[in-house]
Formats: sequence, structure tokens, C-alpha cells
Amino acid sequence: MKVRAQIGKVLNLDKCIGCHTCSVTCKNVWTSREGMEYAWFNNVETKPGVGYPKDWENQDRWNGGWAVRGGKLQPKAGSKWRILANIFANPDLPSIDDYYEPFNFDYQRLHNAPDSKHQPVAKPFSALTGQPMDKIEWGPNWEEILGGEFEKRSQDYNFQNVQKEIYGQFENTFMMYLPRLCEHCLNPTCVASCPSGAIYKREEDGIVLIDQDKCRGWRMCISGCPYKKIYYNWQSGKSEKCTFCFPRIEVGEPTVCSETCVGRIRYLGVILYDADRIEEAASAPSEQDLYEQQMRVFLDPHDPEVIAEAKKAGIPEQWLEAAQRSPVYKMAMDWKVAFPLHPEYRTLPMVWYVPPLSPIQSAADAGNIDNEGLIPDVGSLRIPVKYLANMLTAGDERPVIRALERMLAMRKFKRSQTVDGDPDYSVLEQVGLSEDMVEDMYQIMAIANYEDRFDIPTNSKELSHEDPYGERSGCGFSFGDGCNTASSGRTKTDIFGGRPASRREYGFPDIQVYQSQAARKPKVTEEGSS
Amino acid sequence: MFEYLHDLAFAVFPYIAGTVFLVGSLIRFEKSQYTWKSNTTQLMSGGPRFRWGINLFHIGIILLFFGHLFGLLTPTAVYTAMGLTPGAKQLLAIIAGGIFGIVTLVGVVILLHRRLTDPRVRKTSYPMDSFILILLAAQLVTGLLTIPVSTGHLDGEVMQQISAWAQGLVTFQTGAAATIYDIHWIYKLHMFLGMLMFLVFPFTRLVHIWSVPYGYAFRAWQVVRMRSV
Repeated sequence: MKVRAQIGKVLNLDKCIGCHTCSVTCKNVWTSREGMEYAWFNNVETKPGVGYPKDWENQDRWNGGWAVRGGKLQPKAGSKWRILANIFANPDLPSIDDYYEPFNFDYQRLHNAPDSKHQPVAKPFSALTGQPMDKIEWGPNWEEILGGEFEKRSQDYNFQNVQKEIYGQFENTFMMYLPRLCEHCLNPTCVASCPSGAIYKREEDGIVLIDQDKCRGWRMCISGCPYKKIYYNWQSGKSEKCTFCFPRIEVGEPTVCSETCVGRIRYLGVILYDADRIEEAASAPSEQDLYEQQMRVFLDPHDPEVIAEAKKAGIPEQWLEAAQRSPVYKMAMDWKVAFPLHPEYRTLPMVWYVPPLSPIQSAADAGNIDNEGLIPDVGSLRIPVKYLANMLTAGDERPVIRALERMLAMRKFKRSQTVDGDPDYSVLEQVGLSEDMVEDMYQIMAIANYEDRFDIPTNSKELSHEDPYGERSGCGFSFGDGCNTASSGRTKTDIFGGRPASRREYGFPDIQVYQSQAARKPKVTEEGSS
Repeated sequence: MFEYLHDLAFAVFPYIAGTVFLVGSLIRFEKSQYTWKSNTTQLMSGGPRFRWGINLFHIGIILLFFGHLFGLLTPTAVYTAMGLTPGAKQLLAIIAGGIFGIVTLVGVVILLHRRLTDPRVRKTSYPMDSFILILLAAQLVTGLLTIPVSTGHLDGEVMQQISAWAQGLVTFQTGAAATIYDIHWIYKLHMFLGMLMFLVFPFTRLVHIWSVPYGYAFRAWQVVRMRSV
């Protein structure tokens, strides 16, 4: 047993309102820079939909994640030699158009437009070429709230084995939100496919990071990651990814996306896992076993044997205590209401999802809700269980049904307790929950206080660095140019070929194309005496 | 005057270029590793044009590199012992160099066309990226132009002069430049451009050549960084 700890995450999709606050705060903190305009470390997709980048879930197309070949686990893209053979041109790399051509608007036009009969318009221009764009073809959230026709969103990979035609009809339509970020996997394919060895998982908290100095831009990680959560920064020529806001996590604060989530859907907590079991779990022959297998990698933080091994491995006492309180562990392991996203990619992802409940499909079924002690059939929910199962359990419906029933039972029980004043215990028996468990579930999932959502022990820096004193007065985030970035806000470059980021400001280009002749000639007006 | 310029170009300049190449690479790696990258633009335009161009170019230039390494630095005694006469070696160099030179040139032309005409690639390029492609194209053209000159003297004499010069340089023989005093100017131009390539090397994306990730083939799949650094 090799015990390690990770800050795991759960997103309760039942409460996601699709407000994109997570994406916007993340963008402002991490990716509002030249070269990263198109990149969203956190994005929220409306499902069904092909997502961002387009069709990312379809690994027959992108060759991300792992495959078991002859009983051995190997990246789907192939052996190491095969990956190296493709190093000049990665055949699985998405193009910028699979994400979207990043754009900005010429707001200055609203100020300096000449007199005209019509209201001036802030035209879009490409953030890549600086040229005006006649029509924006795609964006990071193009399918927002079922925007577009069913024909397109029916390409969604999760419609496998679902009779999808009926969901194109207005009265049968359904939708849900899927916020996505790096999964900080236990068995990451990005790490495995990096020829430079620049990507690594941190032992102490499981965060997967890219060493920006070591990255050579071979761009194998971008296709290797099945979630397409590594982005190529075309300005720096390096890959970048979600950092799990490690500077915040290290001091015990939640990530920016979690902190700012207005729906309070995000949970952070310690998970103990056995690193020795990872390979075996990820190699499970059947894809539908991977969810169960991953739970077997997680360790019970109350087990004395686990605690003893963890202490031997140098995991601090406060981390073990946090692991015992962890809301993530409770949702994933105790209540079994949270699931990994696409376990069939075999990366053992560490950002898990609580499936969303949805309205009962027909009025006749709705009438059944009041049946005593019975919870409605989850098969009558608007979102097809098969669709959720394709997303969360490689198509196995049973665990998803159990989770949905437990969530419905919690509602039913709390309603009987607080509204009717007559707690209905039979509903709990039906789904195998105790009263204590359901009260805890209610506190953590429904009330979701800040302290209950985030239980993050500080990263014991005194254990991570031989000389923490030497770390003082550091300049924080920089672009490999010492403290220049932090002080001036832009990357200074040297004689060795770095292009200054200021060559094209993150702002307004000099667009002559639609400036009228009159606007180009400076109008001279004379006022007062000379 | 001609003799002075010749010595400047083929006795002094090689050492300047070589020193800048080695020391410059070292300094850049030490001081500015964040800029050390292949600088791919596949994201911007990765269609068939890119895939053909980049593969032809890389495969061709790697073979050319090792061909030159072998051709220039193998002592005559060694390859004659292997049963290769200077004449046969020259013929081998002409044929192999000709084929791979054309393969590489086709690749470079495709890449240069892409670099200059694709609006996204053009806008997101460093001026140095275009410069290095043009330099490579010039180098390939001059290299291929030596072939018609070489076919005029198939005895391997000139080839031996040039490799004597190269071997003289790397073994620090002062009289090395004199051995190539009277060779055809096209060889000299090709050699000068080659040395220029070494000179500009540390200031371009070419530094990614130092970082061939051969270690990847032998490492474990996963990389975990332990707590103490």
C-alpha cells in the first residue's frame, strides 16, 4: 500500500444554474493573456451538445485517454515509439477552429465613428490575425441552452444506445449543464504522452502541473488528454492547463471557480488513495468496471491500517483529519451519489459529478409522486438515465439510478419531516440510507455551507521545501523572466527570440477596412483665439 | 586580399560560429529556458499541407545532417578500410545528398509557402521563423547546386579537401583553411551558409534540436514529483 493524498472535487450538477461565473472568474485570473484567448481552463457546456472543443468526448476521433491492448495499458494514441514517430506532426491535434477563433470587439469604434445615419457598431475582429470577422462561426459556449438545431447537438457522444430522435421533439427535449475543468487524474494521459517529461503530478496534493521551463511544445499532451483540458499557448509556444489554483489550495483556500460558484455546487476535500492500485484499476478489462475499480483505489480514512500507512508515508496529521471529514469522500464513497466523468477513458479522474435530477416527464407520472413512501421512477425523469450513465459510468445505469433515487429519497424524507411533520422512514429504507446519513447529506448537499463544501488543509510548506525561508519575497506567477512579469504586467523578452507580448496589445487593432475616408482625415476645428 | 577574406571566412569564422553556437545555447538554456521550444504552429493551420511539409522537411534534414556528419568527419583511412574508395564515397554523397536534399527542399518550400501565405501563421510568427526557413532554403539550393559541379570531377579529390578542412577545424589545425583555397565558389558559399546556421542557432527555434526527447522511450508512463524538492 502506497498512501497518497489528493484534494478531490465534486460538482453537484443538480444545482448548477449555468451562470458561467466559474468560467469568467477563472478566465480573469488565469487565461486573459495573449496566446490564451481561446483557452478556458474552466468552461460550462450545455448538454446535449458537441461541447468545447467540438466533439471532445469522441475518442475514436481524438485518440485521447488510454486503451488496453493485449492486457496492457497504453495511451490510445499508441506506444512511446509511436508517439515519438508522430512528433513532427501530431495527427490527433485539434485545430484552433475546433475550439473557436478567438475574437474581440472594436469598442473604440463606438467613440470615434464619424457622423452617420445609423448607430455605429463595435465590429468583431480576430484575436489571432487582428482582421475584422464578418461572421463569428463558433464560440466557447455556442450551444448555450440548446442554441442551434437538434441535428447538431444530437452528435453528442452520450447519445450512444439512446433512441435520440424523440428528444428532438419540443415536448421531450431536455438539457443540463456540465461545468468542466482539468480532472487532475490519478492516471493522466497528458503526463504519459509528454515527451519532455514536463507534466507531473504532485505527490502531496495530486495537482497535475506543467513545468513551463521544461515544456518544449511537442503538443502530444493536448491530444493525449481525453478531456481536451490542455491548451497550446501560441504566444509562448508552451502548453498550459488548469492549475487547480495551487497557490490558493496551498494556503487552504478553495480554487477560484469553487470560491465564486453562486450555485454552491462545488466541493473540495481530501481523498486518500493507494498509488499501488492505480495501474491495476485502470487496466480493468470491462469499461463498466472502471467506476468500481476507481473506488477500490480510494482508501477509507477511518481504517487504522490506512492511517498507520499514511503516517508512514509522511502525510500530515491535519490532512488525515480533513480526509475523515471530506465532503468529497462522503459523496463518492459513503452515499455513492457522485461519479467520475467518462471513466472509460481510464485516466481515473478526480473531479466527480453528482448527476442532475430533472422534472417528471408527464403529468400522469407526476401524480404518482404523492404515492405514500414511494419515490418516482427515475426512468420517468426528463433526462434519460442512459444518457447520464454514458457520461458518468461508461453506460452502466444501476449506479446512476441508485444515486438519483437517493437524492429523491432525501427530498421526500425532508419534506415529510419538515412540511408534514411526520418523518417517512420507509422511503429511506427503500434506498438503503440511515437517518443520520440523510441528515448529513441534507446539510452538505442541500444547505451546502461554505465550511461544509470546502475542507482544505494547508499544504505544509515546511515539509515541501528544505528551506522555506529561501521562498520568501518570491514573485509569484511569472513567465520565466524573473519578476518582470509581476511588476510590469507584460513579458519582457531577451535577445534569444522571445517576441514581446506587447507587439499586439490585447486591445484594439488598427483596422482601416471599415473606416470611412472622412474618419481617416483628421478634422481640424478651431476654437477661441490663436 | 582574397586570401585574407578566405582565411577570415574559413579559418576564423568557423570558430566564432562554433563558439556562439555552443556558448549561446548554454546561456539560453540556463538563463531563459522558458523560451526553449519547438514553437509549433500546427494549432493555427494543421492540414495536409502542414503534415506533408513538416514530415518531408524533418525526415530529409535529419538524414542530411547525419550524412554530412559522416561525410565530413570520417577520416579517409577509416572509410577506405571499410572498402569505400573516395570516388565511390563521392558518388554515394551525390546520390544520397541529392535525393534527401530534394525531399528536404520540397518540405521547406511547402513550409515557407504556408508561413508566408496563411494569415494565422503569418501573424503569429516571429520574424526569425521566416528568416530561418529562408536560410534553410538557400542552404538547400546551394547544396544541390554543388552536384552539377561535383559531377565534373568524380575522383573524390574535392570531397577529400573539404573533409580535410572540416577535420582540421575540429582538431584545431591552424592550416586547415589552406586546403580548400581553390575549390569552386559554390562549395564555399554552401559552407559559409552552413556556418551561419550555427551562428544564428541559439537565437532561433532551432534550439529544439538539442531537446530530442529520446529519454521518453525509456521512462515510466507516469511522472510524480515528490514533496521535497
